Formats: sequence, structure tokens, C-alpha cells
Amino acid sequence: MTDTDTTETPTPSSAAPSAATPSTPSTPSTPAPRSGVRQMLPSMSGKLLAGLVLIGAIVLFAVVGPFVTQDPRSSANDAMLPPQAGHWLGTTSLGYDVLAQLAEGARGSLVVGVTAGLVAILLALLFGVVAGYLRGWTDEFLSLVTGIMLVIPGLPLMIVVASYLQVRSLWVVALILGVTAFAGPAVVLRSQARSLRVRDYVSAARVAGEKTPRIIGVEVLPNLLPLLASQFLFAIVLAILGEAGLSYLGLGPNGSITWGTMLNEAQGGGALTRGAWWWFVPPGLMIALFGTGLSLVNFAIDEIVNPKLRLAPAAAKSVREARKAGKDKLGRRATGSHDVAEKERVDA
Amino acid sequence: MKFYARRIAFYAVTLWAAISLNFFIPRMLPGDPFSILMAKLQRAGGIPAGTENSIRLLLGAAEDQTLWEQYVTYWKNVLTGNLGVSVTNFPAPVTELIGDAIPWTLGLVGTATIISFVLGIGLGAFAGWKRGTWVDSLVPSTTMLQSLPYFWVALVLIFVFAVSLQWFPIIGAYDVFHFNGPEWSWAFVGSVLYHAFLPALTIVISSVGGWLLGMRNMMVSTLSEDYVTTAEAKGLRPRRVFTTYAMRNAALPSLAGFGVSLGFVVAGSLVMEQVFTYPGVGKLMITAVRNNDYALMQGVFLVITLAVLAALFLMDLIYGFLDPRTRHHD
Repeated sequence: MTDTDTTETPTPSSAAPSAATPSTPSTPSTPAPRSGVRQMLPSMSGKLLAGLVLIGAIVLFAVVGPFVTQDPRSSANDAMLPPQAGHWLGTTSLGYDVLAQLAEGARGSLVVGVTAGLVAILLALLFGVVAGYLRGWTDEFLSLVTGIMLVIPGLPLMIVVASYLQVRSLWVVALILGVTAFAGPAVVLRSQARSLRVRDYVSAARVAGEKTPRIIGVEVLPNLLPLLASQFLFAIVLAILGEAGLSYLGLGPNGSITWGTMLNEAQGGGALTRGAWWWFVPPGLMIALFGTGLSLVNFAIDEIVNPKLRLAPAAAKSVREARKAGKDKLGRRATGSHDVAEKERVDA
Repeated sequence: MKFYARRIAFYAVTLWAAISLNFFIPRMLPGDPFSILMAKLQRAGGIPAGTENSIRLLLGAAEDQTLWEQYVTYWKNVLTGNLGVSVTNFPAPVTELIGDAIPWTLGLVGTATIISFVLGIGLGAFAGWKRGTWVDSLVPSTTMLQSLPYFWVALVLIFVFAVSLQWFPIIGAYDVFHFNGPEWSWAFVGSVLYHAFLPALTIVISSVGGWLLGMRNMMVSTLSEDYVTTAEAKGLRPRRVFTTYAMRNAALPSLAGFGVSLGFVVAGSLVMEQVFTYPGVGKLMITAVRNNDYALMQGVFLVITLAVLAALFLMDLIYGFLDPRTRHHD
């Protein structure tokens, strides 16, 4: 829902593609103007750092976890043990170690999420960027397909397709999730590509006789990178949530462990009624934390795509601080007007 | 006028595509649903020949007809409102089962969506107004709410409030031990509200963050517009600038989003209904999937899609009226 209109104003310095993002007021730490590539990268903030740490920790857990925990399918343990030494997250009703399942499930969920995200974003590139750039009948057709996929409810469609497939591998589930999720990103990318296509430097490339694939690849695409990245991250979150939903209903990948299948087994094994919170809380929490991490990174990217989000709060803050400082200087003022100024400050 | 003509044409094509998709999905995918279903029915006892034929037609196992003939028959059935017969609740027609389920979903998800929207817009406008203050640091925490799998929220709520504290019922839409079926009495309405509280809370918790964030971001953008600065410079009261200048304009994209979510109310929260065993459309669809009741499953899918299309079409027309700019774009 970011305001795309802000980017439609033609930038005065037309030639350099990097001019798409207005230069940021340089922070004290980086006095030199940021170079083209640096401008595309989000500036380091608390939000971004927290997001990267969350993502990094969970990916590390998925990569390393399965090697240091026990076999997630070993039922040699006692059933329904609460968290304790040796079983940090307890065991399930079949004696599986929850921590081991969580680590293995992290692999499954991340593989599905990233694969589905890639599929969705590649389709979105075709249906969004190509449609937005080419216009005409190609655009009409591609947009129609996007529009149809956008309004056909995704989860019911996934359920119908998945229920006809008796054997579902991790990859098939990821493919279904990706194909049903491309429409949203495609719409966003299309509107941005449409606004980029009328920029002077794109027109210049066209007049210079550049081939269409080259213009899309070299002139248009680099300016879509922040948007593309944020849409990709969103697609991953949606795919992981979608997989969890499908798996919870028993329509997820057969034979694999994901966070969703854990929730399904927890429901089936009566974790709720038997009070085994250690069984169903961790998988959902992992999904939420991973999603939060990706969203936090998205925040940082959003502030590049829509500079107002970064500049406006900063401006409001500096106005407020200036007013505060001004008030301090005019210490001669009566205390009555001090209250008025204080009230104004609160209202602003 | 061109705007409306284009929208109508788009929805006509989408309608055709959705109904055709429903026809082709069982035929395109591998596997042999027909044999599975027949074996299941044989075990449960024989079925009349007419039902077998309609199932053959639905699943593309009618060898004596060409694909085109099957397609034409399928359209005839859809247009006359004949979606086949459910196998789970044999011999109830699919349309009847769906008709019974829709009010529950509409009532629950519709109300929860409206509550969530109003709450999110209000909080988002406030957060945007207070940009650059401590409120900004609270905004990212709303993404946590958005990333929660909503059916997991439902599980946790059940665990805390229904199993541990026993404040609320675990399943159902009303007290089945007191009432034989829906009736018009205060006691029944009370029971429905009591049972709907946790499901509604689930929906509000998992969707309010999105409204809040979208509204906050639009509010921040709008507040940096020149006309807002002018309004402030004119010395208008902050309250007036907030409501009539900033909030009204910032709410437009959220209103469009609200229209879309109202459209998807019938598609509802499928998995949530399963968790609470709420007798809505989602529960019906999942029951159908579990029992290989393909006629019911596809019927529900079709009805959900049609409802979404109808709602979105209506919303498009209303929004075109609310925000004239959309009529000129495209």
C-alpha cells in the first residue's frame, strides 16, 4: 500500500538509473553522498538489524539444528514429556523429540517458503514487469491472467488442487503455493514498471535503439530491485503461512516434516486437551518469528521505495525538537505560555 | 463509462475462467479420484445410477461423452443451480449444504472483519499523526501480529481460554445440548455470541496489524502533503486537520483494501473454522476434502469464487464512485 505516485514525478537528473531514489540527507556517520549501489541498500537501523538477526538465527537453526539434535523420527523416548534436560522442548505423544522435529521442520518450511517465493516472483516478473513495460495486447492478456488469479481465492484453490494429488512432495507443494501467489506481487510490479517506462532515461534507451529485453533487464529491472526484494520476502512469508495451513489440514507434503505438519500432529495427538503446550507453541512461534524478521527487513526496504516514510517522521521530529529548543531559549516567557507551547507540542 | 464497461467485461471473463477452472481441475491433475470415490461408496452400500453418472461427469470419467459434451452439460448444471449430490451427507444436494453453512461464515467473519478494520484504521491514523515520536517504535511490533499463523492463534486461544481457564467453549457455533437447531430466542443469540467470541478474536488479532500499518503509512505520506501544511498554517485546529484533511484522504486506499477483504469474507478463514469446528463454509469444504466428497468440495469452491467475484464487482463500482481518479487510470 505504499504510495507509488511519489515515484512518478520525473527526476530532474535523468540519465543515471540510480536517480530514482532521491538522495537521503546524509547521516553524521556517512558524510559523503552515498554511491549508486549504496543508495539501493537500506541504511542500517535497529529494525533492520533485529530483522537480520532473527532471519540469520532461524536459518542457522535450520542448517545446523538437525546435526546436533536426535533423530526427529525416533520414538524411543517416553511420550508427552514436558520440557526438561535432554529434551529441551519435551516430546510428543509418539515420543518424538520436539526440538529435533522443530529443526527438521525448519528445513522443510524454509525450503518450501523460498522455493514458492522464487516461483511467485519469477511469474510476477513475467506478468508484472513485462506486461507493464510492453503495454498493448500483451499487457491486456497478461494483466487479465493476473487479475483472474488475484480474485480467485488462493487457499480454497490450493486445497482443491492438493486434494486431487494423492502424492505430494515438498517441491509440488511449493509449486502450488508459488503459482497461486504470484498475482499480488505482479500487480505491484506492473504499476511501478508502467511508471518507469515513461522516464526520460528509458525513453532515451529506446530512441537509441536498444532491444526490449535489454531495456527491461538493464534500465527497468535495477530500479525495481528494492520493490522486487520486498515482494520476494512477502511471498516467502505467505508461502510459509500457506504451507502451514495446508499441512495443518493434512494436505501438506507427504513424508516430510515441516512446522505445519507438526501442528497437524499436535492437533491429532490431542496436545490441546492434554495440555502439551510445548508441542504446538514452538512451531507457530517459529513461523511468527521468521515472518517478523522478514517483515522488519521489509520495513527498511519500504523506506527506500517510499522516501516519505523515512523523511516525514524525521522532519516532524526535527520540527518538534526545534520548537522545544526555541522555547528553552525564550526562558523569559511567563509559565502560562509555557503550558500552551507544551500543549502544542503534544498535539503536533 | 468506459471504466464500467471494462470492469464488467473483466468480471465476465473471470466468471467464465473460474467456472471453467472448476471443470478442468479434476481432469488436468493426475490420479484417479473417480475410482477412489467409487470404492468408498461401494463399501458404504450401493448408489443409484443417476448419482454415479453425475459423479462421472464431475470427475471427467464419463467415457461415452466427448470433452466438449461434458463441458456443455457441466455449464447446464451450473446455470440451473445443480451442483450435484453430497456423498458425505447422502443424498443432500450440495447447494442445500452450502446454503446452511454460508450464514455462519458471513456473520462471524464479516463482523470480525469490520471490527478489525475500524480498530486498525483508528489506531493507524493515530500512529501516523504521532509520527516521529515513541509511537513509531511500536509500529514494527504489529508485523509480529501479521506473521502469526491465524489458526495457531486460534489453537493458543483455545488452549488458554477454553481448556485451561474454561471461560469459553472449545467447539461449535452454539450450545448443541440446549438447542436442537437455530431458533429465534435471546438465549440462542447469547449462545451464538458466546461461541463466536474466540473465533472473532482470532480474526481480529491476525488482521488488525495489516490495517494499522497500511493506514499509518498512508497517514505519514498524506501529512507531508502541501495542503496539510497549508491547513496547519491557516491555524486550523489540529483535530480538524487530523480528521477532515489527513484522515479522510489517507483512508482511501484502506477502503479499497477493505472492499477486497469484504469480498473474501465468504472464503473466510477456512482453517480457523476447522480449529473451532465452526459450522461455516470452510468447515464444510474441509469435511468434503477429508471424505473425498469431490462434488461438495468443488461446489464450495465454486460458490466461494462466485461470492468473491460478486462482492469485488460491487466494491469496484462503489470505489469508482468514491474515488473518481480510479475511473481515469487505465
